Amino acid sequence: MSAPPISAQRFIGQRVPRKEDGRLLTGRGSFVDDIILPGMLHAAFVRSPIARGTIRSIDTDVARAQPGVHAVLTQADLAPFGVTMLSFFLGPVEVAMTPLADGRVAYVGHPVALVIADDRYLAEDAASLVVVDYAEEAAVVTLDDARLGPRVHPDTDDNVAALMGEEEADAALEALLAGAPHLVSQSIRHQRIAQSPMETRGVVASLQGESELLVHITCAGPQLVARWLTLALDRPGLSVRVVAKDVGGSFGLKNHPWMEEVSAILAAMLLRRPVKWIEDRIENLTAANQAREQEMTLRAAFDTNGRLIASHADYALNNGAYPMGADANIAVHMFLWAAYNIPAYSFVSRGWYSNTPGLAAYRGPWAIETLARETLLDRAARQIGIDPVEIRRRNLCTAADQPSVTPLGIPREDITPAQCLEKLLEVVDVPAFRAEQAAARAQGRYLGLGLAAYIEPTGAAGSIAVMTGELAQLRIEPTGRVVAVMSVHSQGHGTQTTMAQCIADQLGVPIEDVTIFDGDSSRGGFGPGAGGSRQGVIGGGAAIRAGRLLADKVKAVAAHLLNASPEAISLSDGMVHVAGAPEMRRTLREIAEIAYGEPGRLPPGMETGLEAQYRYDPPPMTFTSAAHACIVEVDADTGFVGIRRWVSSEDCGVMINPAVVEGQIAGGLAQAIGSVLLEDAARDAQGNPTAATFKDYALPTIFDVPDFEYVHADTPSQAEGGFRGVGEGGCIIGPPTLVNAIADALAPFGEVPVDLPLTPAKLMTVIEGQPWPERPVSRFHPDHRAPEVDAPAPVAPAVAAVAPAIAVGIDGAWKLVLATPMGPQPMVAHFQVAGDRVTGRLEADQGSQEFTGTLSGDQVRWEMKVTKPMAITLKYELTFAGSSVSGKCKMGLFGTAKVRGERA
Amino acid sequence: MSEHRISMTVNGQQHRGLVDGRLMLSDWLREAAGYTGVHVGCEQGVCGACTVIVDGRAVRSCLMLAVQADGCSLTTVEGLAAADGTLHPVQQALKDNHGLQCGFCTPGIVMTLAALRADGARPDEAAMTEAMSGHLCRCTGYQGIRRAIRQLAAEDGTP
Repeated sequence: MSAPPISAQRFIGQRVPRKEDGRLLTGRGSFVDDIILPGMLHAAFVRSPIARGTIRSIDTDVARAQPGVHAVLTQADLAPFGVTMLSFFLGPVEVAMTPLADGRVAYVGHPVALVIADDRYLAEDAASLVVVDYAEEAAVVTLDDARLGPRVHPDTDDNVAALMGEEEADAALEALLAGAPHLVSQSIRHQRIAQSPMETRGVVASLQGESELLVHITCAGPQLVARWLTLALDRPGLSVRVVAKDVGGSFGLKNHPWMEEVSAILAAMLLRRPVKWIEDRIENLTAANQAREQEMTLRAAFDTNGRLIASHADYALNNGAYPMGADANIAVHMFLWAAYNIPAYSFVSRGWYSNTPGLAAYRGPWAIETLARETLLDRAARQIGIDPVEIRRRNLCTAADQPSVTPLGIPREDITPAQCLEKLLEVVDVPAFRAEQAAARAQGRYLGLGLAAYIEPTGAAGSIAVMTGELAQLRIEPTGRVVAVMSVHSQGHGTQTTMAQCIADQLGVPIEDVTIFDGDSSRGGFGPGAGGSRQGVIGGGAAIRAGRLLADKVKAVAAHLLNASPEAISLSDGMVHVAGAPEMRRTLREIAEIAYGEPGRLPPGMETGLEAQYRYDPPPMTFTSAAHACIVEVDADTGFVGIRRWVSSEDCGVMINPAVVEGQIAGGLAQAIGSVLLEDAARDAQGNPTAATFKDYALPTIFDVPDFEYVHADTPSQAEGGFRGVGEGGCIIGPPTLVNAIADALAPFGEVPVDLPLTPAKLMTVIEGQPWPERPVSRFHPDHRAPEVDAPAPVAPAVAAVAPAIAVGIDGAWKLVLATPMGPQPMVAHFQVAGDRVTGRLEADQGSQEFTGTLSGDQVRWEMKVTKPMAITLKYELTFAGSSVSGKCKMGLFGTAKVRGERA
Repeated sequence: MSEHRISMTVNGQQHRGLVDGRLMLSDWLREAAGYTGVHVGCEQGVCGACTVIVDGRAVRSCLMLAVQADGCSLTTVEGLAAADGTLHPVQQALKDNHGLQCGFCTPGIVMTLAALRADGARPDEAAMTEAMSGHLCRCTGYQGIRRAIRQLAAEDGTP
């Protein structure tokens, strides 16, 4: 790789107007519902009105007989396709799952049947005529229900979808907590959030003969969808092409297809007609996957100077019935204290199944770590009696503290949360605010200042199989125009602009001459799409490196043609220049025409054309840091929160386009405001959604969001271009910033529980000294006194009689599934028992490894060392019972993961 | 179901059709007339993405039946820019100020602001901001929309 071109960068760092805006402002975008194909039919779903139960019968006769109805499909019709539903990590989901309900329904909104008709009106009419007879059972809705109630899925041992960390208390850590001068503990609750992209989900599927399935779909990345569908359908000879030109937001919801999209695609294959399904808003708010329903109890110990000693988190995440990957959210713990210096941290983390829509990603899926930590720090400051700024200054990881490694093994080399805080405090005059606050309180007005700091992992690649590098395929066409096909994909991110900025700088061309194509899996190589704040970092790096390769080739061609040395050639204004010889300049078009059409004039042996590609793999993790401040006024008569000021001080490295950066921060902050004050995808005790429209699910309007102010730190990262990701940060740091401001405002009345959303009614209880509204006791709790109309019907046990454990029953091959943070890991284990000694071999996709362990009763234990993704010792502890086996694997700093299996 | 013959002018072009009485105007515009810039975000009249101008007034086309627009003159987002491609001032202001990201809600916002400026009216910042109460945007946090409104007010001398 040669040095960058001589031409100065011109577009990176500029507030370049977006290339996307011309078509989007004039109604010429191409969203999935804009796709109309000849012969296209329309789909509408019949959905379960109950949260939990069995299907006794489905009568489709009347619906099928309606004019214009082509088919009424149930799982019996789709079963022959043998689709395997996959998680985001492209492994099979942890529980049995079918595109349409197969005998049982597990949430209100669960798709039961699919009507295909000439238009959507007719399809919905007919859907209402499908008669389904259910045997209803008591629904498992809340996290408490999941802990106490019957099993959501008949084939699981309990409702724990995923488990990480240490279930038994760590005596050494508990001693640190108990012996500390200050122990601060806080239990917080985050409500369920509907991602609510303005464009709902949707798909138009059509078979192109026998060998190609064309899928137009609104998604977060067409290549990932194509990969997911190829694996899920598993039909040799069928290639899947996925097109998504314009996408109206995703925010984690549209990472890959789910039941509805798969059902519509199978319908198109079955009927051999194009089928369109466009989700309506009621479906989107009630039946699409959701996120964020979580609880955490965080404890932190401080010394007499307010410095952190140790911390422990007990965390629970509602996974719903069918999560897009069972999840205990290990990232919460990896990053909880990563911006701070803390000697010891331990956790237990559980994902729980419930009879609610499944867990999907939402912008900053691990964000509760920052909410829990930053609200606890403010509480600690009040408890210990030091300033909220000071407690952060004493504990944040500064430049002097690096390089260092967190207790969970996260290496820190160039994080800047402390610098971001100091820059923030140059703009926000805290002493002046305190004076204003005191004066206001004297008048009965309650102002509050909230602060928060954090770091965020961005642009990750290489440690999780699906999170790959990004590809830029670049060419200067014979016309002189520059075209790049990129593996990145925009759902509003503006990558058609920012990637063009990166390329235009390398090739010295006007940005108008660069076109980015990114919406078609048949063009361009694999990339996972938007997620993990990765596209600027990795896509930008790929664009720069491909641009540099192509610039080098242009220079080599030009130097040969113009009899100059390559070092004397420079590219700018769409021209090739020779140093000291301005009369010898040529347009890129002239060079390109020769490069493609006159091989004889090229340097000997050079490939014709002007094309280059580069797949960029960045450093494993690139951190973005930030500190935010927010000033609110809480009306003590109404409990309404008015946001008066909000300042963001972030360090996302070199900014490709500051307007795009600020747009990402602002959008995340608006969503944070929604989470703290407004949004609540709640369900009642029967599992019915109580927010079914945008009248009940309150998104922030223009009046709920203040003007944001920005301070940028711009510390270049070690990634190509020096970029750091910025897509999710506002949604991570925003909630605690606002919660802390509200708590500061209402401090004269007492502590404000972190129990989102902080509605006016809830805040009035603090102001009026009333008890915070209690959540209803779980219907499965012994103290629950409400009359039961439908007694819980226990699901039949998955495993019948447990055979007495005997050593000879262990010998041989077993199929195991290890529930890792990256999704289920299938393995085959071979055991050979001799006395109390066990030898064996564990085989997985990555390879095979021998082990030696011990047998005690029906329990086998062994240890083995692995080196990927990092060097850790795995400690297995399995209990055998007849033809099934279950247990756990301690995975070093990743904690403990569940293992289940059966005889191979 | 009832069938009705309707005709209306959309973006200066005459359109005729035979429609079910229950057909929403938004569906007629998108599917029969081909104006897919009319975006349907909620079908409940809350999000505002489907807003079009009917006889000079901003209307949610998901809350109006196609038959109700019989004989009316409509403008959709496709009909705002000049024939030579020059953007309407509202479109230009949103572009200048990064007032959109995914662009799904954008046509409705454009049409509401354009309706306020019909017939030479020059609303001030407060009036334009107030009109945004009927629009939801999930991407931008409304920052660029506010800047665009301020730019329009400044251009008009009505801040």
